Amino acid sequence: MPSTVPSGALPAPQRLPQLRTMLRIRRFEEALIDLAQAHDVGHFHVYIGQEATGVPALALLEDGDVAYSTHRNHGHLLARGVDPNAMLAEILGRATGTNGGKGGTLHLASPAHGFPTTSASVGGPLPIAVGSAFAFRELGRDRVSVALFGDGALEEGAWHEAANIAALRQLPVVFLCENNSVGAVTQQAGDYPSSTLAVGTLADLARPFGIPAAVIDGSDSDAVHAAMSDALVRARSGDGPSFIEARTVRWPGNQGIWAELVTGRVQVHYGWDAATIPDPHRAWFAEHDPVVRAVREALAAGAGRDAIAAIDADATREMAAAVAFALASPWPDADEAFANLYADPRVNALATGRRAAK
Amino acid sequence: MTAVYADGMALGLREVLAEDPRVYLMGQYFFGLTRHRRLTVELMRDFPGRVWNPPIAEVGYAGTGIGAAISGLRPIVDIATASFIFQAWPQVVNEAANIRYMTGGQTGVPVVFHITHGIRGGGASQHSHSPQAMLMNTPGLQIISPSTARDVRGLIRAAVQSDDPVVWIDHVKLFDIEGELPDAPETIPMGVADIKRRGTDLTIVATSLQVQRSLVAAERLAAEGIQAEVVDPRTLVPLDRATILQSVGRTGRLVVVDECHRSCGVGAEIAATVAEDAFDALRAPIIRVATEDVPIPFSRTMEEAVQPTVEKIIAAAHAVMEARRPRG
Ligand SMILES: Cc1ncc(C[n+]2csc(CCOP(=O)(O)OP(=O)(O)O)c2C)c(N)n1
Ligand SMILES: [Mg+2]
Repeated sequence: MPSTVPSGALPAPQRLPQLRTMLRIRRFEEALIDLAQAHDVGHFHVYIGQEATGVPALALLEDGDVAYSTHRNHGHLLARGVDPNAMLAEILGRATGTNGGKGGTLHLASPAHGFPTTSASVGGPLPIAVGSAFAFRELGRDRVSVALFGDGALEEGAWHEAANIAALRQLPVVFLCENNSVGAVTQQAGDYPSSTLAVGTLADLARPFGIPAAVIDGSDSDAVHAAMSDALVRARSGDGPSFIEARTVRWPGNQGIWAELVTGRVQVHYGWDAATIPDPHRAWFAEHDPVVRAVREALAAGAGRDAIAAIDADATREMAAAVAFALASPWPDADEAFANLYADPRVNALATGRRAAK
Repeated sequence: MTAVYADGMALGLREVLAEDPRVYLMGQYFFGLTRHRRLTVELMRDFPGRVWNPPIAEVGYAGTGIGAAISGLRPIVDIATASFIFQAWPQVVNEAANIRYMTGGQTGVPVVFHITHGIRGGGASQHSHSPQAMLMNTPGLQIISPSTARDVRGLIRAAVQSDDPVVWIDHVKLFDIEGELPDAPETIPMGVADIKRRGTDLTIVATSLQVQRSLVAAERLAAEGIQAEVVDPRTLVPLDRATILQSVGRTGRLVVVDECHRSCGVGAEIAATVAEDAFDALRAPIIRVATEDVPIPFSRTMEEAVQPTVEKIIAAAHAVMEARRPRG
């Protein structure tokens, strides 16, 4: 490992809220996988297994900070408090969605929560995140820009160009790489290739640019909290970019091209009664599932089983309500297709042609 | 024999791999995320070492394909979803397309780039592009745009045999469409359009998936007594202008159906060609059925509104039939 895990852990009182956010993400994604059986939502990607990275990392952002996410964005937005009703509605293409139905699963955005736009073009957002950092510096704002990306994005040239620019200008940007290929680098034809990189350790790619890099266990929320805290301090004190490689073991349902609930739904009691974990996926739940781990950590921090079960029941209810909300939401008007291309209504009408929306 | 489009693709690839040891496949998403992916697995099994799965590095492996072509191979580089060709743009548009010309004819680049274009359903703005018009505006590239199992199989051979770069464009919604395949391999030459349906009342020039939609529209029009001729250029560069002009010369009416955006789309080029070279034959204004000039929205209601559909083709046909200008 090129560098050591930074010190500092999550304060105990934050354990339960953190678990709550992770459970809300998990119950959202499980509900979505079910929903996608009956509704065509396009190719979607779930955040299951990576909750312990996004939740503590993004909890540290402040108002005005920005984060650029990817095709695997649902967990990121929920972690920042975006309304699951609007997210599921967007995923179903409804008018009440975060993007008014224009974006769908790949492009969930919410500038009010620090997600100006979400690109599903692998590597695409990296230079853009650097650009936000450039503006923050020039405008004298004490703000940070976070590039969220998978291991695959490091295969794109855009990463190298973005890293060079960030390092040259010592910009306040954090490159948070979610490496979900650990132990799962399958190169089967027709499956997603991942980590087809000639470097042994992804974080090594940051070193030639002089960008400090940490390699951490992405299912260890304390390690994520500590590494992200360090990176944010560095950015806010003008000490330039940081790189974090957060490694997670891929959730078995994410092995193929389409997410499948092969493990069944997680049960919070797996955290206090490991014997109840069903067999085929025992190892993943017991050793790698961030939610089960967070349950154990919350217990250790003094939370009661009842409180945990209540939080879970709330999250499950909330997501069932989100499904109902999304399904009951209206479809956008066909004419909406001609809105939002340009800010100036005259330009918009002229450019979109004969059928410009009124 | 009857086969779906994807089978025609797989057979075409299989034939060129078997015939020419210089042919390599760089990339493995020829069939997108569809059930036909297993066909790639079969090719990998049957041609060990000839299918390379590159990193997510489109500009890098497109260039690798170009260099390999210059130095003796005949690579078919799969960029997958057409939108990702923008990542490879500098290599495809500014390198491959220019090399023969820029070297005064000394160096050729026999590479094929494969992309899957178009509105696939829920692809939204970053996975639904039809970049053929942009590519067509790049002299030096040839573009094959098949619409049937037979055409894709025969055009793959032409593409691989060509000494110059070819962009091979499929539409993911073609993969399951059935057609006839001849028993023997054939090469379909560049620049030869195919009249997919004969008709006397109007000409529909359509490309890629829109050929299939136009054939459906033509059947419905026939039920009303309107006989549409459906012309499929099959290759956009070179473009068989003569066949298009001759058809319009016979019918006097033209509808152009293409999935590029309306402004400066492939349809615009075809319409302009006919306006310039067959004006006297026209008995009605030309109508383009194209994708509206907006990015592709995610939601199905909006997606449907912006793309060419059978209904829009029929409406355009009605409109050109109603305009009654005597032949000039
Ligand atoms: C430029 C580009 N090339 C290819 C793709 C197709 N694609 C979508 S997700 C993906 C894998 C990305 O892997 P990674 O960045 O590690 O993200 P993960 O899905 O593992 O979270 C690929 C190749 C794309 N979306 N954009
Ligand atoms: Mg990955």
